[in-house]
Amino acid sequence: MGSKKLGMWLFIVSDTLTFSALLIAYSYARISNPDWPRPFPMNPAIIFSTTMTVVLLASSLTMVMAVMAAHRGDRATTVKWLIATMAGGLLFTGLHLREWMHLIEEGATITANPWGTPLFGAVFFGVTGLHMTHVMIGVIYIGIVALGFGRGKFSAEDVEVNGLYWHFVDLVWMFVFPLIYLMSVQY
Amino acid sequence: MSTAAHEVHDHVGASVKENLAIWIGLVAITGLEVFLAYIELRPMLMLSILVGLSLIKAAMIMSYFMHLKFEKFQLVLWLVPAMIFCILMMLIFFFPDSFRLLQMRPN
Repeated sequence: MGSKKLGMWLFIVSDTLTFSALLIAYSYARISNPDWPRPFPMNPAIIFSTTMTVVLLASSLTMVMAVMAAHRGDRATTVKWLIATMAGGLLFTGLHLREWMHLIEEGATITANPWGTPLFGAVFFGVTGLHMTHVMIGVIYIGIVALGFGRGKFSAEDVEVNGLYWHFVDLVWMFVFPLIYLMSVQY
Repeated sequence: MSTAAHEVHDHVGASVKENLAIWIGLVAITGLEVFLAYIELRPMLMLSILVGLSLIKAAMIMSYFMHLKFEKFQLVLWLVPAMIFCILMMLIFFFPDSFRLLQMRPN
């Protein structure tokens, strides 16, 4: 195995532990605070966040197509799929920021909220904010690889390593979405 | 040095059809999770099922999209047991204290 791929996998393991620690800390805070709010109604909050999830999954699929095209040696198609992946990432971020603005307008901050324990805001904005930061870094990373691969400076391995990072970002959301959104549905 | 020809013959992985099937599976499981939230299951049951489904989705993404199924098995042995061990350590030594804290509350 190449050192680039191994290096990315080792980074992914360490970042997995970071997110695991955050989600376990969230679970701890939630269980020990019986006044944990449930601020997300099915319509529109859960429908909106489900749309975000499908967008991120779609961007993972376009990344898979980019890696396959890169291994075929088809540079033009690879760059098109990478641009589609970036579009998915940007759309996800835009939708997420829209959701953040909605919650902030309702009075939720990292230190307070109108519904229950103040820890909710810290956890919600902390975890989703860190994930969104990873998404934005991923979009920039994909842009650099798309530019370099299109010009013949990067190899298919570089696209594959890029893909590993992007799929990791999607994988984290597969845990954040159920634990933070679906467990906080307003009945 | 161009490695394009070498790369075309070297890569082993899932086909477009298989990747598409995995993606449809991921979306379907997501739909199932949302449905569980819609029917208002009791929290502990809901949590258990959601964590189980998330682990299945994680395995699907790691195996096919992240290509782990097609890599040498020793890579899986390097990465996965260490991750599971560290997460279990956090869960075992940290998580149960939340229940103690809940019982210590005055009201």
